[in-house]
Amino acid sequence: MSETIAAISTAMGEAGIGIVRMSGKDAIKIGQAVFKGKTGEIENRKLTYGHIYDEDKIIDEVLISFMKGPHTYTREDMVEIYCHGGIVPVRKILELLLKSGARLAEAGEYTKRAFLNGRLDLSQAEAVIDIIKSKTDKSYQVSLNQLEGSLSKKIKEIRDVLLGMVAHIEVSIDFPEEDVEVQTLNDLENNALEVKEKISALLATSDRGRILRDGLNTVILGKPNVGKSSLLNAVLRENRAIVTDIPGTTRDIIEEYINIDGIPLKIIDTAGIRETSDVVEKMGVDRARRTVEDADLIIAIFDISRELSQEDHEILDLIKDKKTIILLNKTDLPNVYDEAYFKNYVKDMEIITSSITQGIGIEELERSIRNMFYSGSLEIKSDIVINNLRHKNQLEKALKNIESVIEDLEGQVPLDCLEVDLKNCWENLGEISGETVGEDILDRIFSEFCIGK
Amino acid sequence: MNNIKSYNGGTYDIVVIGAGHAGIEAALASARMGMNTLILTISLDAIAALSCNPNIGGTGKGHLVREIDALGGEMAINIDKSFIQSRMLNTSKGPAVHSLRVQADKKKYHTEMKKVLEDEPNLVLRQGEVVEILFNGDEVAGVLSRTGAVYKSKAVIVASGTYLRGRVYIGEINYESGPDGMSPSLMLSQNLMDKGFNLRRMKTGTPARVHKDSIDYFLMEEQPGDEEIIPFSFLNMDKEFTQDQVPCYLTYTTEATHDIIRKNISRSPMYAGDIEGVGPRYCPSIEDKVIRFADKDRHQVFIEPEGLDTKEMYVQGCSSTLPEEVQIEMYKKIIGLENVRFMRSAYAIEYDSIDPTILKRTLEHKEFKNLFFAGQINGSSGYEEAASQGLIAGINAVQNIKGKDPFILDRSEAYIGVLIDDLVTKGTDEPYRMMTSRAEYRLTLRQDNADLRLTEKGYHIGLVSEERYRKTLEKKEAIQKELERLKKVVIGPSPENLEIMEKIGTTPSKSPISLYELIRRPEVHYDDTSLLDENRGHLKREVRLQVETQIKYEGYISKQMIQIDQFKKLENKSLSLDQDYNDIRGLSNEAKQKLNKFKPDSVGQASRISGISPADINVLLIYLEQKRRSAKDA
Repeated sequence: MSETIAAISTAMGEAGIGIVRMSGKDAIKIGQAVFKGKTGEIENRKLTYGHIYDEDKIIDEVLISFMKGPHTYTREDMVEIYCHGGIVPVRKILELLLKSGARLAEAGEYTKRAFLNGRLDLSQAEAVIDIIKSKTDKSYQVSLNQLEGSLSKKIKEIRDVLLGMVAHIEVSIDFPEEDVEVQTLNDLENNALEVKEKISALLATSDRGRILRDGLNTVILGKPNVGKSSLLNAVLRENRAIVTDIPGTTRDIIEEYINIDGIPLKIIDTAGIRETSDVVEKMGVDRARRTVEDADLIIAIFDISRELSQEDHEILDLIKDKKTIILLNKTDLPNVYDEAYFKNYVKDMEIITSSITQGIGIEELERSIRNMFYSGSLEIKSDIVINNLRHKNQLEKALKNIESVIEDLEGQVPLDCLEVDLKNCWENLGEISGETVGEDILDRIFSEFCIGK
Repeated sequence: MNNIKSYNGGTYDIVVIGAGHAGIEAALASARMGMNTLILTISLDAIAALSCNPNIGGTGKGHLVREIDALGGEMAINIDKSFIQSRMLNTSKGPAVHSLRVQADKKKYHTEMKKVLEDEPNLVLRQGEVVEILFNGDEVAGVLSRTGAVYKSKAVIVASGTYLRGRVYIGEINYESGPDGMSPSLMLSQNLMDKGFNLRRMKTGTPARVHKDSIDYFLMEEQPGDEEIIPFSFLNMDKEFTQDQVPCYLTYTTEATHDIIRKNISRSPMYAGDIEGVGPRYCPSIEDKVIRFADKDRHQVFIEPEGLDTKEMYVQGCSSTLPEEVQIEMYKKIIGLENVRFMRSAYAIEYDSIDPTILKRTLEHKEFKNLFFAGQINGSSGYEEAASQGLIAGINAVQNIKGKDPFILDRSEAYIGVLIDDLVTKGTDEPYRMMTSRAEYRLTLRQDNADLRLTEKGYHIGLVSEERYRKTLEKKEAIQKELERLKKVVIGPSPENLEIMEKIGTTPSKSPISLYELIRRPEVHYDDTSLLDENRGHLKREVRLQVETQIKYEGYISKQMIQIDQFKKLENKSLSLDQDYNDIRGLSNEAKQKLNKFKPDSVGQASRISGISPADINVLLIYLEQKRRSAKDA
């Protein structure tokens, strides 16, 4: 039996229940490790009531089903966990399973295993073929959503640059005596740098995939009594929190999950550190810095009715160069400065004036968040997330290869050697858009599945 | 042919049609592997004719010659006997693309090769034109000559070059002819068509030959040979070559040349549309260059000697199908050719070729058993390309007869593999020329290591002599030993050592460093480090070269090895020639059609057929795996 895979099997989003599924040689072992039922006994193919634990902490209340292979969908041992719906419980359970030894399943992998393990006949396997086929077929690419479509287009652009570089190298090698104009090393290096830049930019794009999966890491910063809790409550009220962190656990920072037009936000509320006089000091500057460092978005709140304090300046320093939305709060009180004055401190950051207690500025804030990341509305689809993981891996490989091309050029390595990295880079990218059959299918079907063993 | 009264000309294991570069290698391989072999040629004076350019090798092509040699072929040995100038090209560009190219003495090349054929035991050399290939059902049975001889055989290798329905074009004039005034082969084409072959016309051209004394060399740039002569054959690596070399000359066309061409372009049969055959893009006529690259005000022209005993000079870069009078006028506007005297005119030749996709990678026809094709008839161009195919066809004809496994080189093993795979998998619309860029894994497919890659294979099929095999093994061992030794020689930071490092142009290493690591640096050459290495033995040049190359490019080579592993996985998934692809659900209709037509031998080959998408390949892989599993269950 092969490596254990796990995935969320129900659509991400608000729902009554969610299902997390696991298949593979350690599925039952991992399932037993994280589950505690009333009796401690587990019967094959029976639903059992109990809780999922991360060490001694309850994650969720669940029904679980252990199924021994081969009489399962994949013919392997399988575990299905029925938990509460919504993003957080399924995600936490999945994370726990991954932490315990499973790996994230790829799109269609359960079906593929079912097929490869001989459970499906060829006609049933058509479904699998469709899945695999759809990944590479051009017709499908057209219908892919905006994110993926534009990715393919950009990939093609980059590949064209690479191809141009290869072509120039080839001409100079194959026709050494022709007086064709050959690209200079300088041109090649410029091209390589351009490719590197474009790949890096794409990698940044693929971060949006992570955002879809994990939620936008959003940090609310501000000195005490500036309105952080009010903001959180206001946003929560309007967007209905899907879940709040399990009560009773002590944490420095409280995480809340909300969903604005399909954009999941993981709000890290530094207000969770209550009864302190100085947020920055309490968290420790280093910690605060780290939290801010990891943030995708910062909402920094300042009190427009009071002069900027030492703490405000510390916060301003922290958010420098970060994607930040500034809230100048308490416009209902007499203002001591205005937006134009504040602009001096934050250059081109977006500034919204608000009175959270009066409900002013909340909508505008939500609108800015939306605009900041998407031009249109995006749904959360699990396959996008997984594809993006794969894409991201390929992009990272491509980046590494183009970096070594640049290194080669600087080290004056001969052209024929340099081309090895160049071609690798080209292939890495081709595997994203499905233009090369490479490791992708070979690895996945013939090594990960340990066929023949 | 009903009207020929035939007689029994004898029985052979293998008959080879044509004694050009393909036919020769096929026949020699066959004879040397123990087969009773007959080689037939329209004229014994055309054996190994270098009908076009007087050189062998060049980028990509030089690699082929080395590979032919490593496998026990004749081309390299023969050119080593008859070259008059030698140059290693691309030396500034890295080891994978260094390419040896030499000028040949055409007549000597022919004479020496004829001797080899005449002296070969098991080989009968005979002038004669084959007019019909004889079959017994779907299996080949022999050939019929124009003069009525029936030569029975178990296998036939067709290496007809440009002779099949050859037609020469010079301006408005055209006539049936083989290359260089030889008579064409007019009847075999009909025979092939009757057998259902789809013949296509291809075209190739050659420039004029001009008198040596009519050229003003002072206006040209002399191109001498290399000071150090490196032979083609691995057998000759220890030999000293000290002969005088003959120079070539570089000159240029002028605007006046181009004017004449433009004014008369309508008189070129290519432009008038009289020639249907497709010519090679990589070897364009001077008309093509002038018309296609209108903004260039001059083109290179190389003047190359055709041999030591002749005053004919070859005008490289100036092939043409313009009328003779225009040719002369146009050549006279080339710098240094103002008073040129023509000896032979430029011409184009059109000939029949088959679609090579009907062949297996052994070059055997997919349906007619033991019928092989090699060389220009398969749509290739070039002596080296032809010889490579001849060798592979010859070897496989023998393997077939002996009931042994086919001998196939894949794309990761040899340029020969790339050449044949390209031809039989992708087909070709123009005469196919080898280039290093066609090889995906060229860092490993170097011309300097062809023996290390292939000689063992040649030995196992019985083509490589004991002596050659032993030499290669010794070389391999010497390289390995030296590599190991260099890892252990550690250079300490003594003042003397630091000074030596400084002197050989590298940053002195303050901490101890192995010689292996030191040679890894781009600026350090193996030979330069001898001062740091008192126990260095006397190693042959070719061993030192391998040691340096293998150390310097180790990182890149190992990256390429990973690519090759990936490639091999698909290559090793074999497909049956009997597979009906209509049975596989999920394949696109285009893929079903193409796969049924091509009948690829592996998933790897299928993936290179144009129109087969990665998605189709994935479907194939799943189908195969499923089939394998159900076979296991049953």
